[in-house]
Amino acid sequence: MLSLELNKTEMPKVLPIVGAVREGKGQKTVFVKCNDDVKPGQFYMVWIPGIDAKPFAVSYKSKGELGFTSQIVGPFTAEFDRLEKGDKVGLFGPYGNSFTLKENACVVAGGVGMSSVSTLIDFLKNPEIIYGARSKEHLIYTKRFKNKRITYCTDDGSFGRKGFTTEALEEALKNSNNKKSSKKDKNKIKIVYTCGPEVMMKKVAEICEKYKVGCEVSMERHMSCGFGICGKCALNGKFVCVDGPVFNAKELKKLSDFGKEARLKSCRKVPLSEYHAPKAH
Amino acid sequence: MLGVKLCGIKLENPTVLASGILGVTKEGVDRIGKAGAGAVTLKSLCHEERQGYKNPAIIVWEKGMLNAIGLSGQGISNAIKDFRRLDDVSVPVIGSIFGYRTEDFAHVASEMSKLKPAMIEVDISCPHVDYGKPICSDKELTMEITRAVKKNTKIPVSIKLSPNVADIREIAHAAERAGADAITAINAASGMAIDIDARKPILSNKIGGVSGPALKPIALRCVYQIYDTVKIPIIGTGGVSNGKDALEMVMAGATAVGVGTAVYYRGIEVFGEICKEMQEWMKTNNVKNLDEIRGCAHK
Repeated sequence: MLSLELNKTEMPKVLPIVGAVREGKGQKTVFVKCNDDVKPGQFYMVWIPGIDAKPFAVSYKSKGELGFTSQIVGPFTAEFDRLEKGDKVGLFGPYGNSFTLKENACVVAGGVGMSSVSTLIDFLKNPEIIYGARSKEHLIYTKRFKNKRITYCTDDGSFGRKGFTTEALEEALKNSNNKKSSKKDKNKIKIVYTCGPEVMMKKVAEICEKYKVGCEVSMERHMSCGFGICGKCALNGKFVCVDGPVFNAKELKKLSDFGKEARLKSCRKVPLSEYHAPKAH
Repeated sequence: MLGVKLCGIKLENPTVLASGILGVTKEGVDRIGKAGAGAVTLKSLCHEERQGYKNPAIIVWEKGMLNAIGLSGQGISNAIKDFRRLDDVSVPVIGSIFGYRTEDFAHVASEMSKLKPAMIEVDISCPHVDYGKPICSDKELTMEITRAVKKNTKIPVSIKLSPNVADIREIAHAAERAGADAITAINAASGMAIDIDARKPILSNKIGGVSGPALKPIALRCVYQIYDTVKIPIIGTGGVSNGKDALEMVMAGATAVGVGTAVYYRGIEVFGEICKEMQEWMKTNNVKNLDEIRGCAHK
């Protein structure tokens, strides 16, 4: 048994980019040919040779292709934004656990966090989607999901309703909870999946607790490996790369870091606002 | 049956989480202690905050692991605020320290002592840091740093050595003469991997440290040689993945056995599993405790 375990490796698959699509301002998706069996929620460390590697959710999965979507937040994502067809990227992974894939689901996404739940949306049968961003230009995949049951929210009201996803979620759960008849019960929301800014996800988790609906949260932390060795993605005693990235909200509730603090690359713990501050170097 | 005494510290079993694996948080090492490690070593801390290198920082090829994290760490002053104390963790904690100059080592040792770790490990052997060859390739510098650390703490001190030296016996002997209470042997060996499709070294730092199964014969040789040279105990570290490997280390002369990369192969349960595998062999061979076989390969 041990000899089998010792055959594990973590080496990059270096692949040419077969397509690069601009999603919006500072947002880009690149596609590579890859047949990996990857489940919604799992992630890869995407390596731009000579630059760096960072954790990315799979944002598209079809016909032997995988897509990865990025938004510029610092020097690495600025490099990612310059990638074109023919450039090479290296993939380490897939890593981490996945969403439970229950039906009667509501997916709540914020900003580029949508890229972590987009393959989940593809997989689920007619989920209710609530998707928000600061403004219209920060929303991705609006064409991709035009036939879905989706409510858009923008902070400035430039697209969809003006307001937060959490407000839309509370309304949706209120309506869903009121559905008493057995016929309508089919449409009752039984699980909420979420990815986006952590403060939003914390609020989503709290709303789900209030309405007694299950909730799964896709977390993000700095990583040097992705496979449970460096320890940098610590969320209290849990490690986002191997214990997550998908966590049950009940489990997160016990972790004081959630929605509050995160560790920088140096492992120094800082408030989330500092963790997400624009990276200068 | 597996209990050992290391510099006066009682360990329930000889397995010790090696520095650099998951040991960046107190909660992380506590979890590993609860999973069965006899003791746990924190990731090395120095006098300042360090970001470490860009990714890829860790890869695993068919025979082992290669890493160049670049000694990232929050620095000792942030760690003091973060950890507050280390004597309330489920098992003894070894605080690993490093620095650039001798006075840095002295300062960090003194600060680390405030956290009350059971032991202080001094990393003078990182294979991939900015200052080039490992400090411990210099016998005089090894003695100087060991003396400076010893002067600044009352806690037992283990000096962690590198295989990338001409004669590890000389360095171990120098550390012992300078007052070291133990030797940790060995740190990772210097290495590289190239991706032929990218046509580039995979690690962002190009050079990293080899650990895991590929390192074991080298580590075993070093421990064997050091046991012949010094009287102080050895934490035998390098490629130990199972009970058999751990027993080899003890037979070469190790008092405790470092386990790091094996966490990747077998999860954090590896500590408990290694202990179980050691006990099975001991029962079969009617060995009652590890003192009976420590260093027996030398006879």
